[in-house]
Amino acid sequence: MLLYLLRRIFYVIPIALAVSAVCFSLVFLAPGDPLSAVLPPDATTELINKLKADYGFDQPLPVQFGRWVTRALHGDLGTSIATGRPVNSEIGRAIVNTFMLAMCACGIGFFFGLLFGIVAGYFQGRWLDKLMTSIAVTGVSMPHYWLGMVLVIIFSVLLDWLPAMGAGASGSDDWMWDWEHMKYLVLPAVTLSFIPMGIVTRTVRAIVAEILNQEFVQALYAKGMSAFGVFRHVVKNAAPTALAVMGIQLGYLLGGSILVETVFAWPGTGFLLNTAIFQRDLPLLQGTILFLALFFVLLNLIVDVAQGLFDPRIKR
Amino acid sequence: MSAIPANLAVEVAPIAVSRGYWATVFRRTLRDKVTVVCALILLALVVIAIFAPWIAPADPLATSMLKRLAKVGSEGHLLGTDELGRDLLSRLIYGGRLSLFIGILPVVNAFIIGTALGVTAGFAGGPVNTAIMRTMDVFFAFPSVLLAIAISGVLGAGLFNSIVSLTIVFIPPITRVAESVTTQVRNLDYVDAARASGANALTIVRVHVLGNVLGPVFIYATSLMSVCMILASGLSFLGLGTKPPAAEWGLMLNTLRTAIYTNPLVAALPGVMIFVTSICFNLMSDGLRQAMDIKQ
Repeated sequence: MLLYLLRRIFYVIPIALAVSAVCFSLVFLAPGDPLSAVLPPDATTELINKLKADYGFDQPLPVQFGRWVTRALHGDLGTSIATGRPVNSEIGRAIVNTFMLAMCACGIGFFFGLLFGIVAGYFQGRWLDKLMTSIAVTGVSMPHYWLGMVLVIIFSVLLDWLPAMGAGASGSDDWMWDWEHMKYLVLPAVTLSFIPMGIVTRTVRAIVAEILNQEFVQALYAKGMSAFGVFRHVVKNAAPTALAVMGIQLGYLLGGSILVETVFAWPGTGFLLNTAIFQRDLPLLQGTILFLALFFVLLNLIVDVAQGLFDPRIKR
Repeated sequence: MSAIPANLAVEVAPIAVSRGYWATVFRRTLRDKVTVVCALILLALVVIAIFAPWIAPADPLATSMLKRLAKVGSEGHLLGTDELGRDLLSRLIYGGRLSLFIGILPVVNAFIIGTALGVTAGFAGGPVNTAIMRTMDVFFAFPSVLLAIAISGVLGAGLFNSIVSLTIVFIPPITRVAESVTTQVRNLDYVDAARASGANALTIVRVHVLGNVLGPVFIYATSLMSVCMILASGLSFLGLGTKPPAAEWGLMLNTLRTAIYTNPLVAALPGVMIFVTSICFNLMSDGLRQAMDIKQ
């Protein structure tokens, strides 16, 4: 067991390096010279060479990559071309907002996902099951950026109950958990919660149904255990898989909220990415993607380790 | 010894007709109404997209400054007009061409490449397997939406670029499914028997491995089409997919976003098309999976 954990933890190092390499090479996928965005069109050769030397573009690729990784390890992801501010401070401001949004969306999504999934699993094949599975398939098939628009149309345009976009009058800098601020969070969080809700419902329904069809459940009922007692056994058996799916979903929301953040102009990492793409701000783009991907790697590690600890059946 | 009577009735057991696997799956699919309806809707969408010039009532690119954002049901424009006065019904009909194309083609590409990689990795095993599967692990380290947007964002907007980025996104999951099924099949007795009887690797892969791998991978790929529809239109919605003035559902949703205050119904319509297509792919995939699970 300990060996498995150690192996799993060490395996993160090559993955993280490879992920960094992919992020690093993004710059070279981009059409044109990486410096073309900062250089004036009439730049002299002298200036171009000086800038190349400043940014280190005159060095061979492996050297450039080595430098980039070393700097990233020291917490330096370069300077944003568009704003001139350090990339990590830009990410730091945005990640807080994305994290808040993703956590709220996961809270809503997981709650309803677990509820619907367990109900559907217990009422297999009956109308309640069909209703829950329909809601789930709607959740996973919904283009959430469109759902965001529809919710804005209903709750902001027609009813005028909730704000359509942004994160409050003074931005996200003085966030407080009061209604004045939270009302900005409601629509994006609800929009984003549909995907995890659908996926968790489908997963939990499948596991609960499978567990209930096993013989030990009948044995428990036969020995006179109460329905609640049996339910505890079901939860214990379903928990590792459900937790794993939920962990991965949290990661997907952190990295995949860009569409919803764009719809609601939510000042998170997705919005930052969007800005970086359209202003061709490559250091910012690279840094944000690297940060989100490494976070996803870490989250995967936590999920795997937690699953290994919770589930004694996993012996690898 | 009496003679055998000429009119002796002989009981003959009826010959048991054993249908093939795929024939059984097909019959089971036909019995599932939801799957059939979804397949018909998808078929209808494809037919409408192909014959768009004959079906659409107006030119999807003809603008009119006088008739901007006409309401649903207004004269001459059944579903109203968009922010440049273009007939929305015609644009939805034409939009199916690009939207279905970029929603389906990346999965087809990834299906071909991913199956080839996965079968190779699973069948060869050893260092080949390690090389292919560890490379895939790197791409799994990115959330799929982030990977698609990162590649498209760097390559720039355009139809071709978004197909490339979505293909890259869908190769790793398909490879993983193909690899795991191949590894299971490879160790079965009848593959050993085939090898012992002198079949070469290519024959074994073609006859025994692909026959078992294609089914599950195909089902998995159909479920990915739903994701791909949403992602592809999402890229256009962000301005990273097809470029204006082309009619594409995601792009239409993007340009109509400014109209949610003046004409909300028209602004929301393109999303309905994405949603319907995506949910049909999902339900069809679920139905096919159940139909193929014969042991139920």
